[in-house]
Amino acid sequence: MDSARITRRSGARLWLAGFWLALVFIAAVAAPLLAPQDPLAQDLLYERLPPFWMNGSESGYPLGTDSLGRDLLSRLIYGARIAVLVAFTAALSACVLGSALGLIAGYYGGWADRIISRIVDIWMAFPPVLFAILLVAVLGTGLHSVIIAIAVIDWTRFCRVVRAETMVQARMDYIENARIAGFGRWRIMLSEVLPNVLPPIVALLSLEMGIAVIVEAILSFVNLSISTDDPTWGGIIAEGRLSIHQAWWILVFPLVTLFLTVLSFSQFGEGLKSRFDPVLR
Amino acid sequence: MNARPSCLSISGLTAILPNGSRVLRSVSLDVKPGEVHALVGESGAGKSMIGKALLGVLPPSVRQVEGSIALEGTELETLGAAARRRLIGARTALIPQDPLTALNPSRRIGPQMSDRLTHILGWPAERARNRIREMLAEVHIREPDRVIAAYPHELSGGMRQRVLIAAAFAAEPRLIVADEPTTALDVTVQKQILRLIADLQRQHGTAILFVTHDLGVVAKISQSVTVLYAGMVVERAPTPALFATPQHAYTRALMAATPRYTDPASSLQPVGSAVLAELALEVQNADNEWKRAHG
Ligand SMILES: Nc1ncnc2c1ncn2[C@@H]1O[C@H](COP(=O)(O)OP(=O)(O)OP(=O)(O)O)[C@@H](O)[C@H]1O
Ligand SMILES: [Mg+2]
Repeated sequence: MDSARITRRSGARLWLAGFWLALVFIAAVAAPLLAPQDPLAQDLLYERLPPFWMNGSESGYPLGTDSLGRDLLSRLIYGARIAVLVAFTAALSACVLGSALGLIAGYYGGWADRIISRIVDIWMAFPPVLFAILLVAVLGTGLHSVIIAIAVIDWTRFCRVVRAETMVQARMDYIENARIAGFGRWRIMLSEVLPNVLPPIVALLSLEMGIAVIVEAILSFVNLSISTDDPTWGGIIAEGRLSIHQAWWILVFPLVTLFLTVLSFSQFGEGLKSRFDPVLR
Repeated sequence: MNARPSCLSISGLTAILPNGSRVLRSVSLDVKPGEVHALVGESGAGKSMIGKALLGVLPPSVRQVEGSIALEGTELETLGAAARRRLIGARTALIPQDPLTALNPSRRIGPQMSDRLTHILGWPAERARNRIREMLAEVHIREPDRVIAAYPHELSGGMRQRVLIAAAFAAEPRLIVADEPTTALDVTVQKQILRLIADLQRQHGTAILFVTHDLGVVAKISQSVTVLYAGMVVERAPTPALFATPQHAYTRALMAATPRYTDPASSLQPVGSAVLAELALEVQNADNEWKRAHG
């Protein structure tokens, strides 16, 4: 396969994923401007309105309403706020923590590596979802504990990948050359090694944002995230499950939103990775 | 006698592996200022190890247990770690064997080269950039700006090696270790690169420790030679003397194995078993002596 075709294919993927993520991001930032209704306003006359193309729909409620008569689209738009917030803060924390430890383990080797690798092994022995529920139970429900839980659990993904990649780079002659020139370890790690491990980090970061969105949704679903009043995608899915026979759209729309967002994050990461890699570029 | 100290003076250098076996067996050699000193020996003889030891980049599994290395009269052991790094950074450079892995693949050539200068010489970025452009011209790169903006994979092997040669000479080091700088290149490019190194060496008056296993190259480029076998110095002589009157049977065997120095039509002769037996005995004796001295 020639490189032009690879570039074009990853280009289309990158653009489609980027487009959806941009929509989600704009929805999160401009939710009050975009939402047609107040996401919390209940109206029992309007309960379980169907989406716009079906009989019995009301204008102003394009995706219909839930069992309390709240506008579904508005709730999804406001739910994007939580999703984006969690995606960025949790994934970025996991990324920074894991990458830093991975760089140190991979570049220093020896004791530092042994200690860090052992911790990673122990960490990864816990089933992640159980670990998350346990952590939130200890930290108390709420958004901050969801974010902390994701960072605390998932830094190991970054650590493993960055460590392995750093070890490969550390053996390269250009690192030896930098050492001969007299650069210190930190300088070498940050300005020589880091640019070379950045492509996998970026791909993982994007993937991790998707994971953070899912984990938040799961925790909302089991009612361990923020208070149920605030719309979250996981919370809407939980409510939708209860009225699946009367109003399928309450379940389907948030599920599709969640799916597209998570898929876009992972595809965006893959696309960026090949874009970043100077040899593939 | 020359009153100036040697550019590089190594004496009794011994390095061991974790299992206690010696990689370098009490190596001594001297490189005078501005001369090219060739280090010859077959693969695994420890040539690169000597270079790494003096540049302070021995692999973690190899430990220097004895001997001294002096750069222009300054014993490296007498310096603290930071001062040693600074001295090595300022006075030495490496032209590596593989020009592909010796350049950082994800950084552009220009910043990669000028970083060194700003770090080693404390120059402002602008001055370093000018110097880089100057050096690229010196290694006959016609479009310096294109190369400065390029990533390593965009350049050919020969181009990369030119870049590395330019980088090595840029900070005006006193000593350059050239570790088989042409082995990874096409035969046609090899000659040009060799010529380039020789020319720059003469113009800049830089001493070079030239690692090679090619006696043809030794004859062409060096003023003095050290022949190494199994981490042990077999023979050390000015280049003309070595070729005129090789002292050790191993040196003679190496010459016989290099067609250019005998009749080119004659077949290559591997080092004879008698010579190898003699070398094995010498290594054995040296090891016994070392063991006696170290309990
Ligand atoms: N990282 C390492 N750890 C342990 N031993 C090593 C390491 N690198 C090399 N050695 C051993 O040290 C000895 C000397 O190796 P060195 O690389 O100096 O040889 P050389 O003369 O440069 O050979 P070549 O011509 O193949 O480059 C060899 O026996 C080799 O097996
Ligand atoms: Mg070598």
